[in-house]
Amino acid sequence: MRRWGLLAKEALTQTLTFARFFCLFHVTNHYLWSPTLVFGPSMLPTLNLTGDVILAEYVSHRVGRLGPGDIVFVRSPVDPNKIVTKRIVGVEGDRVTYFKPRNGDSCHTVVVPKGHVWIQGDNLYASRDSRQFGPVPYGLIEGKAFFRVWPPNSFGSLG
Amino acid sequence: MAAHNFLWSLTKNCFTFGLIGLTVSDRYASIVPVRGSSMSPTFNPTTDSFMGSLSDDHVLMEKFCLQKYKFSHGDVIVFCSPSNHKEKHVKRIIGLPGDWIGTPMTNDVVKVPNGHCWVEGDNPSSSLDSRSFGPIPLGLVKGRVTHILWPPQRVRHVERKNHQKRHSPS
Repeated sequence: MRRWGLLAKEALTQTLTFARFFCLFHVTNHYLWSPTLVFGPSMLPTLNLTGDVILAEYVSHRVGRLGPGDIVFVRSPVDPNKIVTKRIVGVEGDRVTYFKPRNGDSCHTVVVPKGHVWIQGDNLYASRDSRQFGPVPYGLIEGKAFFRVWPPNSFGSLG
Repeated sequence: MAAHNFLWSLTKNCFTFGLIGLTVSDRYASIVPVRGSSMSPTFNPTTDSFMGSLSDDHVLMEKFCLQKYKFSHGDVIVFCSPSNHKEKHVKRIIGLPGDWIGTPMTNDVVKVPNGHCWVEGDNPSSSLDSRSFGPIPLGLVKGRVTHILWPPQRVRHVERKNHQKRHSPS
């Protein structure tokens, strides 16, 4: 009878330890920083086509310290299950001038509305960004990329 | 010495439970207060400014729907406002991607784009919703409301309501 009591206590302690580690893992990955794999051609030459391991931090967008030039992870307004990596070109109130390279090279100017940001990939020829789906609400920003870990020859901070 | 140990273990326990609470409220479910009368009579049917926030409905919001962002017509959702990411609003989904929504005020028909949804409050006369700011990206949704938990006499399941005359599948 006492053995079952001891066993139950042991199981409870292990479960609590597991819960503690899982919660620490979750809080770090959502509120502090985490490594991410990014791939695709839309941020060439800054990010490689075949994949980089980037450290993302989740503090800047919560305290509102994001500005033009930052590389951010954004939940795509076209498909909420995908997260895209782009650069902020303009914040609310900015006038942004852009052109679509394959659509007749005409220039357009737009004012970014309140609460939105204008994001573009560094590779304008192969990027689906705000030029196609318009300014993106600030609430869709998930994190900011600040450091590259892999490949080792481009180890170092970004932008 | 014993008091020092006791204080330390108390701090550790508080920290653990804080972490667990934060994780549960981020991943599974949390309780949010509903302010305003834009969802009358579903939430806050009486505007009683004398009692203040004590008489506001508190609802249970679940986050399992965020695994695949799969919603149905008539779901009540909590989302970040597109014009101010710090504010959260509670409205009902009227249209999903591909639906055509008719706006009688401007005699316009709007198609809900991919990855967006059309939201409206149950009380159209005092609701700031998609009729003003257009369809919102599904990525702004933070959870789905399933039950009212407070006040005790209004504890119930929140039903899906369909507006048959407002949406038509493409």
